[in-house]
Amino acid sequence: MNQRSEAVSLPAAVTIAADAAALAEIQDMVRACMQCGTCSASCPNAPAMDHTPRSLWRMLLLGLVDEVLESRTFWLCSACYSCTLRCPRGLPLTAAMAALKRLAASDGRSADRKRGLFYEDFMRNVEKNGRVRETELMLHYFLDMRDPLLPLEYTPLGLKLLRKGKLHLGGSGQLGRLGPLFAKVREMEARP
Amino acid sequence: MKYSYYPGCSLESGAVEYDLSSREVLRLLGVELAEIPDWTCCGASAVEPVSSLLTLALPARNLALAEREVPDADMLVPCSACYLNHLRVERECGADRKLAARVNEALSAEGLSRSGTVRVRHLLDVLFRDVGPERVGQAVVRRLEGLTAAPYYGCQVLRPYPLFDDPERPASMTPLLKALGVEVLDWDMGGRCCGASLMATKRDAALALVSAILDAASGADLIVTVCPMCQMNLEAYQKEAIRSGGRGRPVSVLYLPQLMGLALGLSEDDVLLGKNLAVTDTLLGKLRAPEAAEV
Ligand code: SF4
Ligand code: SF4
Repeated sequence: MNQRSEAVSLPAAVTIAADAAALAEIQDMVRACMQCGTCSASCPNAPAMDHTPRSLWRMLLLGLVDEVLESRTFWLCSACYSCTLRCPRGLPLTAAMAALKRLAASDGRSADRKRGLFYEDFMRNVEKNGRVRETELMLHYFLDMRDPLLPLEYTPLGLKLLRKGKLHLGGSGQLGRLGPLFAKVREMEARP
Repeated sequence: MKYSYYPGCSLESGAVEYDLSSREVLRLLGVELAEIPDWTCCGASAVEPVSSLLTLALPARNLALAEREVPDADMLVPCSACYLNHLRVERECGADRKLAARVNEALSAEGLSRSGTVRVRHLLDVLFRDVGPERVGQAVVRRLEGLTAAPYYGCQVLRPYPLFDDPERPASMTPLLKALGVEVLDWDMGGRCCGASLMATKRDAALALVSAILDAASGADLIVTVCPMCQMNLEAYQKEAIRSGGRGRPVSVLYLPQLMGLALGLSEDDVLLGKNLAVTDTLLGKLRAPEAAEV
């Protein structure tokens, strides 16, 4: 897939420096955590996580970077903002979870690195088409995940949507429209 | 009342019924919409895990277009994820001039720039605060008596920015539904997360959230939503959620403007009820019953 341009991953040397900066930034986001546990108690996905949000912040501040990046906790964040809303310290916790997804996607240590592919494929689709095309998106996602069973999970829904005329198959007047903006953002984010 | 209109990608495909019913209902309520020309995807819930700058630059592009093409109007957004993405630009760039400049530098690639004059509004906010239940009540031609609805708000319409309702116990849909003649289920799951895009990446976790919501809605004839992601998770994965251990029974899931449209005199076809994936015969029976009285 040629159009897999470097939307998310940068050359290795840049990545290490950028990762260190990104990590420090995330640590700053949760620096004032007082370990009250409100975030964990509010999180609808905590039961499926390997570490609760509260412990994840603690691990981050203790510098247990490998353990944090290997965790599946942040991949399980559905961005519901319950924790952000309730944290008595007013910390931007949902943003921290998203920042961990970005860091893990560029780092490769994350046990669940593959899970970042959905977001990457989604954004490649947007870059190319200007507006999302679901069918093409899912096709790329399945190819990237290299999981032969995955498409089957989605087939009944796909057929249902197709029957209802709800899948976007046709052309988009916005084709290529976002190319310049993506290129500019990529250039800006690659600056040291 | 005039607004610039940002439908967002899903309202062009999976959620056409939300788009059409919103446009029709707003027209019947005397609200004028001007679709933003050349709008593009706001990044949905996929952009933040990929790029922090793009998270702001993509929606900022639409805001810049709205400023230029439909000045002096708020931007009306029906999809909660799109709403939050655009609102975040308003909030974060409003509080941080350097960030605003950085976003504008990105937009310069397209010869665009955003000054921040456009306010971002969710469809529910406009219906609740600008139009108001009273005006909705006056426009009703067919009261939907005998129906009980569970109003489902989801996350991003009120979190992290609770601009028009309580994010823990939202209630803004209640007076709107009552104005239609609909009973409102008293439940506490209205602001619960449906799993959002976890349905694509972590199916089991999302199914657990959906089953809990469906279980809690058991006493209602239908769930009413204001977000295409919530709608999709609750209707398309309903059978799977029930099979995977939920105690719930099948329940209809409709967009708020679809239900409003039916009370405002539109037909089932007008609000594209045939596009919904979860509509029970019980609901259809009640909707078609003669006691759904003409006013
Ligand atoms: S709610 Fe805030 S202060 Fe409490 S544990 Fe979570 S992050 Fe720390
Ligand atoms: S935003 Fe993420 S981490 Fe926070 S409560 Fe919601 S799912 Fe949990």
